[in-house]
Amino acid sequence: MSTTPERPDEISAGLIEVGYLPDAATSLVAFLANKLGKPILVEGPAGVGKTQLAKSLAETLGRELVRLQCYEGLDEAKALYEWNYRKQLLRIQAEAQDTGWQQVQDDIFGEDFLLERPLMTAISSADPVVLLIDEIDKTDQEFEAMLLELLSDFQISIPELGRIEASTTPLVLLTSNNSRELTEALKRRCLYLWIDYPSLEHELEIVRLHAPELDEKIARRLVEVVAMVRDLDLKKPPSIAESIDWARALLLLGATDIDTKTFNETMSIIVKHRTDIDIVAERVGVKLDSNGDGSGAAAS
Amino acid sequence: MPPPPDKRPSREASRRAALFSEPLANPLDAGLTAHLVEFGEELRGEGVALGTSELLDAFSALPEVAWNEPTLFRETLAATLAKSPEDRAIFDLVFERFFFRATELAALNTGIGEAGSGSGDGEGSSEIDIEALREQIARAIAEQNEGALRDLARLAIAAFAQPGEGSGVLGVDVQRIRRSLELRTEPQGDVPEDDPRAEGLPREGIRRFERLLRQELERQQIERTSMLPAARPLHELDRALPSGPLQDLASVHRVVTQLKRRLKTQGQEHRGHRRHAQVDIRRTMRASLQTGGVPITLRYRPVRPRRPELFVICDVSTSVTSASVFFLSVMHALHDSFRKMRSFVFIERVSEVTEVFERERDFKAVSEVIGRDAGVADISGYTDYGRVWGELLEQIQDELHPRATVIVLGDARTNGRAPGAELFAQIASRSGRTYWLNPEPRLYWNYGDSVIDSYAQYCEAYECWTTAQLENFVKVLTAPEATRP
Repeated sequence: MSTTPERPDEISAGLIEVGYLPDAATSLVAFLANKLGKPILVEGPAGVGKTQLAKSLAETLGRELVRLQCYEGLDEAKALYEWNYRKQLLRIQAEAQDTGWQQVQDDIFGEDFLLERPLMTAISSADPVVLLIDEIDKTDQEFEAMLLELLSDFQISIPELGRIEASTTPLVLLTSNNSRELTEALKRRCLYLWIDYPSLEHELEIVRLHAPELDEKIARRLVEVVAMVRDLDLKKPPSIAESIDWARALLLLGATDIDTKTFNETMSIIVKHRTDIDIVAERVGVKLDSNGDGSGAAAS
Repeated sequence: MPPPPDKRPSREASRRAALFSEPLANPLDAGLTAHLVEFGEELRGEGVALGTSELLDAFSALPEVAWNEPTLFRETLAATLAKSPEDRAIFDLVFERFFFRATELAALNTGIGEAGSGSGDGEGSSEIDIEALREQIARAIAEQNEGALRDLARLAIAAFAQPGEGSGVLGVDVQRIRRSLELRTEPQGDVPEDDPRAEGLPREGIRRFERLLRQELERQQIERTSMLPAARPLHELDRALPSGPLQDLASVHRVVTQLKRRLKTQGQEHRGHRRHAQVDIRRTMRASLQTGGVPITLRYRPVRPRRPELFVICDVSTSVTSASVFFLSVMHALHDSFRKMRSFVFIERVSEVTEVFERERDFKAVSEVIGRDAGVADISGYTDYGRVWGELLEQIQDELHPRATVIVLGDARTNGRAPGAELFAQIASRSGRTYWLNPEPRLYWNYGDSVIDSYAQYCEAYECWTTAQLENFVKVLTAPEATRP
């Protein structure tokens, strides 16, 4: 089933249903992209739910998610299509001597011998899909240039076969951690969405959505601490997924408050670098202690 | 059809579009389209690279949303026009300025004024319950209700600023109104429990309200004098390095974190498909197994990014105070990415601080230690380049080698002392590459006591006072050997 939402609110409601709490800009851009058939370029720090947005969109729109994870040295053969050499070789070997070259050539460059890679799959799918091109900033500029044809016209040229056009328009999301400047040409073809770490209130809602059994007071304390940790100059600041994990861990442990002890025991869920752990233990641990004393005194 | 990649034709086209709409003396007649084209022009004027295709996107996107709602209108435009966090910041500033001015101009032209209804407001003002107003504003700030805040800003002005009584300086008026409203970030005790003031108001919200107050006052001023003040371009320094003592360290950090991330990946995009890459026989043979031993695909040895041995020498004297805060934090960031790096600071004398940077993870601690222990100021506290080069040469001349890179951060202002260029030339000739980063705009070079030219003949000098320039330099620094001339 696939529906086309008519208003940004509908997308927003749909996303909440599948467990993703979007802010106003996110649902607006998602709506526009779906409506105009334009790709979205999603940027933001690591761990704010850029990839999750694509997954949730696919779920709420009832489409299949095709994912292309980018990395250095990713080339057309791994992203678009590749000729199945082994099958071609077998075909040639199985051929009797007297078949003409022309006939063999026509034969082995047919669709039977084509290995579809993610981009090709997304284009040739009969039902519209959500195509996620993850961490586009990890690839080189040549690959970006190759994407241009796909993103603006939704078609792929294969020299031996001709042009393959999309029968349905996929919803394309490109994510980037902004670790290098993307080319203007690519940006120009996309709608732009910047996702930042959520505000306290927003993150609280997210945590409560995913760990509803957690006490409201602890949940609030948790997002406050996470915000505090993010403010430090860390190698890897905690992501939203990690705050959710932490909330679940606290639930399992049956914690009633986040004091220095619980914090030190469970800190490794949100901080994952040796040096970071030292910094966080030093800064946040001390603060928790003084706060804990304060509340303790108030309670007694 | 994809739009032409070259920006020039599109720019010209939109200029033409703007031109054709001009004969309609009143911009309102030309409708929203002309306004948006004008808005795009203004964004371009502020340095946002905007293509016609992006404007077209904006046009096609607007009918899809209920764009008579301000936030939707703004976000739609932002999604189609501003494509990086930096552009978005500029977009927000220009958006506010542009549409504010556009509506005011239209109001002036058609003779719509607040005067008629304003007198009614004036009468009403005596009846405004000041305490209720305070509470409402506090509540609106806490709830971040933009629309309500706008209305309340007008009410507040009506209540506290009698027309003609303003100080003439908007900032002063804004602060006076804010004080009378008792908006504070710290918790206030003498209010009911459920009042947001009991816990203090968010600073960001108060700032937002101040901006609205300011806008509203500006609007009234325009109405009084019935003319628009001259359009001010965004201050160039808004986009310069976050360096002034007034700007907080947090923004420096933001830039540096970004830089760190870029440094980490820097040079890696050059790996792989280089023309002069060496074929990796082992991996090629391995890959050829797939094709029955025929090496159809060649595998190359990856080109490793260049990680040179760095000597960084930073001026920390008063003439470059603002820049050196930034440079020191950049040095701090570099230490994470370059293992073989030695850092020095200097004013009158030079002092090595490599160890400080390696020991301290925290930038604040670093700058404190440097301020306390480096002992680079002697008597006058003015930079003495001649002496610095002499001392530096003595310290590092045995360690300089053709694969070493020397980077100097300084303004090359000698305070009339001997520049010691021949000593600098010796340093430059012993090292492989020498760069000079000058925190002053090129315009001021060689002006007054700046002697950058006498050094520039021995090294590559770059101006470096915006983050973009700094990034550009880092690119040059980490580029693989083969790409350099």
